[in-house]
Amino acid sequence: MAEIKIKSVARRFGKVEALKSIDLTVADQEFLVLLGASGCGKTTLLRIVAGLETASEGEVWIGDERVDRLPPRDRKIAMVFQNYAVFPHLTVFENIAFGLRMAKLDQNTVDKRVKRTAELMHIDPLLERYSGQLSGGQRQRVAVARALAMEPEVLLMDEPLSNLDALLRMEMRAELKSVLAESKTTTIYVTHDQVEAMSMADRIAIMNKGEIVQASDAVDIYRNPSHRFVGSFIGNPPMNFLPAKPLEGSMWSVANLQLPGPAHPSNATDSQIEFAIRPEDLTVGDATTEGAMHVKVRVVEPLGSHLLASCLVDEQLFRVVLDSDHPITSGDSLYIKPMMDRIRWFDAKSEHVL
Amino acid sequence: MNVDGTSSAMRWTFRVSILVLCAWVLVPIYLLITNTLSSPEEVVSFPKKVWPSFNLESISFFINFAGVGQALWNSVLVACVTMVFSISAGAPAGYALSRFDFRGKSFYRVLILMTRAFPLPLLALPLAVLYIRIGLDDTILGLALLHTMLALPFAVLITYSLFSGIPVELEEAAWTLGCNRFQAFYKVIFPLVLPGLTASAIFAFVISWNEVFGAAVLTIEHRTLPAFLLQGLDQAPLHLKFAGGAVLVAPALLFIFLVRKYLFSMWGIANR
Repeated sequence: MAEIKIKSVARRFGKVEALKSIDLTVADQEFLVLLGASGCGKTTLLRIVAGLETASEGEVWIGDERVDRLPPRDRKIAMVFQNYAVFPHLTVFENIAFGLRMAKLDQNTVDKRVKRTAELMHIDPLLERYSGQLSGGQRQRVAVARALAMEPEVLLMDEPLSNLDALLRMEMRAELKSVLAESKTTTIYVTHDQVEAMSMADRIAIMNKGEIVQASDAVDIYRNPSHRFVGSFIGNPPMNFLPAKPLEGSMWSVANLQLPGPAHPSNATDSQIEFAIRPEDLTVGDATTEGAMHVKVRVVEPLGSHLLASCLVDEQLFRVVLDSDHPITSGDSLYIKPMMDRIRWFDAKSEHVL
Repeated sequence: MNVDGTSSAMRWTFRVSILVLCAWVLVPIYLLITNTLSSPEEVVSFPKKVWPSFNLESISFFINFAGVGQALWNSVLVACVTMVFSISAGAPAGYALSRFDFRGKSFYRVLILMTRAFPLPLLALPLAVLYIRIGLDDTILGLALLHTMLALPFAVLITYSLFSGIPVELEEAAWTLGCNRFQAFYKVIFPLVLPGLTASAIFAFVISWNEVFGAAVLTIEHRTLPAFLLQGLDQAPLHLKFAGGAVLVAPALLFIFLVRKYLFSMWGIANR
């Protein structure tokens, strides 16, 4: 159990900046998910905490100890790898016992710990098997058990579920969440799967191009993206964005609507700010509805729980989530009214929320 | 299925080519074995029998021929020293190539192969002069050093592909579980590459076992078997030449057969 402090950590590969001065604190016992598209630097950051990669600059603290100069074995961490990394020449038992034997624990303690973690991960009947005789899901369980058996201060997980098929992934997700909640270990978990991130995390740190753009809980990130990237990345489908033109006062013209927004920046010119709304935060009206936006429906996708209509407004893509039994086909006109308290405004230049 | 003229012609060309290539390798081996196992009279007579008479006269005469035993022993010694040298120098190089990025890595790989581009006669004579100067001539060690030079490129390339076949994550996992680099290597990587390493060692053994030119130039008293045969059997009757050839070929063939899957993997062919 320990707090992790990452202080202005940067990593450069030649001229490429993989990480640009990251500051992040993970509280004791917190489950933090690093979420981002591939190549955003999330795995690099995790590996720097693990000691498998060296930061170009900055400090990493685990508990009261500065660890960035220490080798992985002295950092009191355990790591779960994307491809499991279960040792193929050892049985499941010896895999889980590997770290304990390195720590020179007595046979009794080793037996006890292996047994306990194996039961926790439901692999106790497999202890005598080799990795080649296990399914992907079982290998993943072994990898997690091996990490938990170490009773580490910090648990690091690098896309541990991404090699599993969809159904198994959902099952493991819930199971892993309950196991980790019980173990109360400070955890950093890397994934590119936003559903996984939202379902498991105490807090999500969203990364883009080597920077953390927002770190908050799932609902806050979904409702109040602080950065345009977060809105366009989180949610399926993601947020709609439309350019806004300044009018009198703090009014803005968006498509055929006039909406109250943030005060004008002093040097406001056309489309310097953007209107944003989630596809489900819209109510459907008709031609007579006041304050409704007129959109042309291009494609309708029936998704069971709802309809997803891809529409056009001023030649811009605009997605709307509709009730499943809404009688709508492509080519129709649709009148939709944004929920006023769900509208967000972004600075088109800095991409920050206004 | 396509059965028109071109594709069936293609198929036949393919089959015939395979047959020719197999015959190319197998017919000499067949002749060698049958003649070795025939009596001296049968070897020089004609027509040949398809099936040999399993007469062991030639082979036992050959084995008991003066000097053969000593030459065989020298061969084994040189091959074993070559094996140890090329693995202890080749495996670290293969590991470095597979795990680390360094400046000039691809050039280094080409360079390793380049060492095989020099014909041995070009190297053997200056080497003989040098060996005489430093007193390495006509020694097991001197010849083993030459053979190591011949076997080393293969040892590097085979071990390179072996280490590349083992995910880095296994090593990294060992590091996070309390190992230093050395411990991670001998607890995780070494057991996994052991079969391949053995194969690579055996290949080095075979290279040394088969090498004749360098052995003939660099040794006088301490001949290895191929050099001894080259010199001694020149005047010998035909059946003895066959017996000598068989004694030389059989272990090499057997060893290569045992390690064939690792030799394929050296050239990047999947070893399944």
